[in-house]
Amino acid sequence: MPMIRLPCAAAPKSAALALLFGPVMAALLTLAAPTLGRADTLTVYSARNEQLLKPLLDRFTNLTGTQVQLLTANEGALLARLNAEGASTPADVLITVDAGNLWQAAQQNLLQAVVSAVLEKNIPAHLRDPAKQWFGMSVRARTIVYSKARVAANTLSSYEDLADPKWHGKLCLRTSKKVYNQSLVAMMMQELGEAKTEAIVKGWVANLATDVFADDTALLKAIAAGQCQVGIVNTYYLGRLLQADAAFPVGLFWANQATTGVHVNVSGAGVTRHSKNPALAQKFLEFLSSDAAQKIYTDKDLEFPANPAVAADSIINSWGSFKPNPINVSKAGELQAAATRLMDRAAYK
Amino acid sequence: MRLPPWPFWVVLPLALVTVTPLAVVGVSWAQRAPEIWQHLRDYVLAGVLLNTLLLTVLVGLGVAVLGVSLAWITVMCEFPGRRWLGGALVLPLALPAYVLAFVHVGLMDYSGPVQTLWRTATGLQSSFPSVRSTGGAVLVFCLALYPYVYLLARQAFQTQGAHCLQAAQTLGLSRRQAFWRVAMPMARPWWAAGVGLALMEVLADFGTVAIFNMDTFTTVIYKTWLGMFNLAVASQLASLLALGVLALVWLEHTARARRQFGPSAKNQARERIALTGPASWAASAACLLVLTAAFIAPVLQLLYWVMQVAATDLDTRYWQFVLHSLMLSGLTALVVLLAALALAYAARASEGQRGQRWVAALVRVANLGYALPGMVLSVGLFVPVAWLDGRLLAWAQSLGLAPPPLLKGALAVMVTALAVRFVAVGFNPIQAAMQRITHNQERAARSLGLGAWQSLRRLHVPLLRPGLLSAALLVFVEVMKEMPITLMTRPFGWDTLAVRIYEMTSEGMWERAALPSVCVVLAGLVPIFVLVRKSEQD
Repeated sequence: MPMIRLPCAAAPKSAALALLFGPVMAALLTLAAPTLGRADTLTVYSARNEQLLKPLLDRFTNLTGTQVQLLTANEGALLARLNAEGASTPADVLITVDAGNLWQAAQQNLLQAVVSAVLEKNIPAHLRDPAKQWFGMSVRARTIVYSKARVAANTLSSYEDLADPKWHGKLCLRTSKKVYNQSLVAMMMQELGEAKTEAIVKGWVANLATDVFADDTALLKAIAAGQCQVGIVNTYYLGRLLQADAAFPVGLFWANQATTGVHVNVSGAGVTRHSKNPALAQKFLEFLSSDAAQKIYTDKDLEFPANPAVAADSIINSWGSFKPNPINVSKAGELQAAATRLMDRAAYK
Repeated sequence: MRLPPWPFWVVLPLALVTVTPLAVVGVSWAQRAPEIWQHLRDYVLAGVLLNTLLLTVLVGLGVAVLGVSLAWITVMCEFPGRRWLGGALVLPLALPAYVLAFVHVGLMDYSGPVQTLWRTATGLQSSFPSVRSTGGAVLVFCLALYPYVYLLARQAFQTQGAHCLQAAQTLGLSRRQAFWRVAMPMARPWWAAGVGLALMEVLADFGTVAIFNMDTFTTVIYKTWLGMFNLAVASQLASLLALGVLALVWLEHTARARRQFGPSAKNQARERIALTGPASWAASAACLLVLTAAFIAPVLQLLYWVMQVAATDLDTRYWQFVLHSLMLSGLTALVVLLAALALAYAARASEGQRGQRWVAALVRVANLGYALPGMVLSVGLFVPVAWLDGRLLAWAQSLGLAPPPLLKGALAVMVTALAVRFVAVGFNPIQAAMQRITHNQERAARSLGLGAWQSLRRLHVPLLRPGLLSAALLVFVEVMKEMPITLMTRPFGWDTLAVRIYEMTSEGMWERAALPSVCVVLAGLVPIFVLVRKSEQD
């Protein structure tokens, strides 16, 4: 049986412990009260990542002298946090991608209406909330892409057509868990009705060349590598790959030009219901819709400016103009839950 | 009525902290959503339950076989490279499973370099099995999680003492029989704890299965929440998951009950079995193969990506990300260490006393945080804290005061949430070490007049030291890799390396996520190095 050691003999491996807990003291020292709700600070909760937003925020600070405090997380976490914080939230502005998420934020009573002539002038009506609670700031088109080597562009026509057996074993799709696909299917439900949409989605699943992908970039690379021939992606993912390699062998096709138009969605922003600085928050939204900010959206992230007065980036322009689907994007939000269930029924993973 | 003895009062508040998010999750059953449940029953649940079961069984078997066998040959046998391989096999602990996943998918998918090379070299269409599959997910989980089993099994074999095996062999058992009938059962609390940790990690995982696009119970929780906007049903599902884990824990516990484990015998000289010829090279090769797949190849790939993006992405803010990650990990490790020690000691002290069953039950409840997916746990803690904060604020305002919100957004919430999630990681090695302290030793201490507190200080803590250090280091590394809780509960300005990884991967920019991933690995290597050094000294 081992000896019972006396405490003095039990000197801990102090080096190891110091290594672990040294930072702890530092942490306790930096526990100073956070700077919440200060009049000259704007607090932004964003589901868009920091590297895109930072140039916008820096520009805003330059123009107005207002400091911006940013917290990024995924949409679900941000909405849950806003809900829990209630009236004492430090957040003034919520930024997120996809009309579905914006619609949901408004639905949960987390946003307030903003009456602004500037926003109404800069942002077209179908890209903003009819109740003025949120405004689309950039437009993202989700359309068909194809292998330039294996597919003739004139054999493509519409999202619906990709369900045709002629594409059997040739189609690649991203997971149905991504909100972009949920919105696309929601818009199709609005136009074609539930039964027809379900048949189309089942047709897509039957045509899949491989398991669905976790992201659009991987899907595009699979088309380039020859694993499949056609797919549906947001255009800026292709833009990024073309930026890195102008010869990337995947082409872009504007879907449904003869019928309903390309499915478009937005990334957008709204003022939180319990903002302490609603006037400043409104100013920030107006800034986001301005030429300077819209230019950053399109140049940095290759999205389409929501403000029609601003020219898109040159890569985007090379794809030519297209007819977007004119339905108000908030429809996607209303039907998103139903679309998710429809995709479950169609065994679209 | 007499009050229960002290262990109960120590364990109760700790269990309550864990119960809070579980209760918030459980309260969701008050809401009815029959049509969503109907939908889940009709189209979703059967498939995901099967997937989850398959994943749990295969990963459980995989990590047990990998972890125990690697530990056995590196501890008991002698072969070329044994010393450094024995240490290096712990390294994959520094690599988060989701990072390992995106690296392996990037390498092995159809459009990845391996298959592309194959197609150009042979001119054939490749017929590789898809890496984005159940098989791929199982493989990555095994490679990422076997170190839990390996580390603990190593500790067990190292301290088991050769005399038991010798005794077994004198009694006529072959070496193989001695392993199965003596060494394995004796090491059971250790490797079983390791397998348990790995399985809880698998059950609560979202990031890794999402990369393989594998539908599990957790992905359904998120889909119900984020795709069908029903947090209530998502919480109901999460509470079922927690129940399932409770059943697992209970099963393991009853199987282990009423066993006494002998004291450690680490100072005995050990004669390793010297492997010769092909067997020795096979042992080296097996270790090296696992190490390459789990660590060397993925880190090389990450470094290759880093070289492409470092020029644009690496800036001075990285020091801050690293510092935040270190501080958060250290702070959480300290909190977990104290809580886990209190739980393990109270459980031990209550043995044979009145209220033992209650203490044991509460201890098990306190360890359940590991079973909840991170995002669900954060909501479960954040909601009551924010509510309390609102009450405090209203109360202060009614007194004419205007204090800033104290609780919310503060570090304390984040550290509490992380501690709840990882207390099991700290508890298991401490409890395993606690079982090595015999009742005789405790009786001796008592007969010398030491009370509970004195005995803790002078008998238990010194004897538990290896377990305590393992606990602290494991939690440290875990927090470093943790993503969803950090993401949701962090205060302003507390961006860590894991947050940075999220920022990149959420947009599918895997290459750019390599830089923060490499930083996580580097920062995690320091405590792992200490861990390995420590186990070598033993």
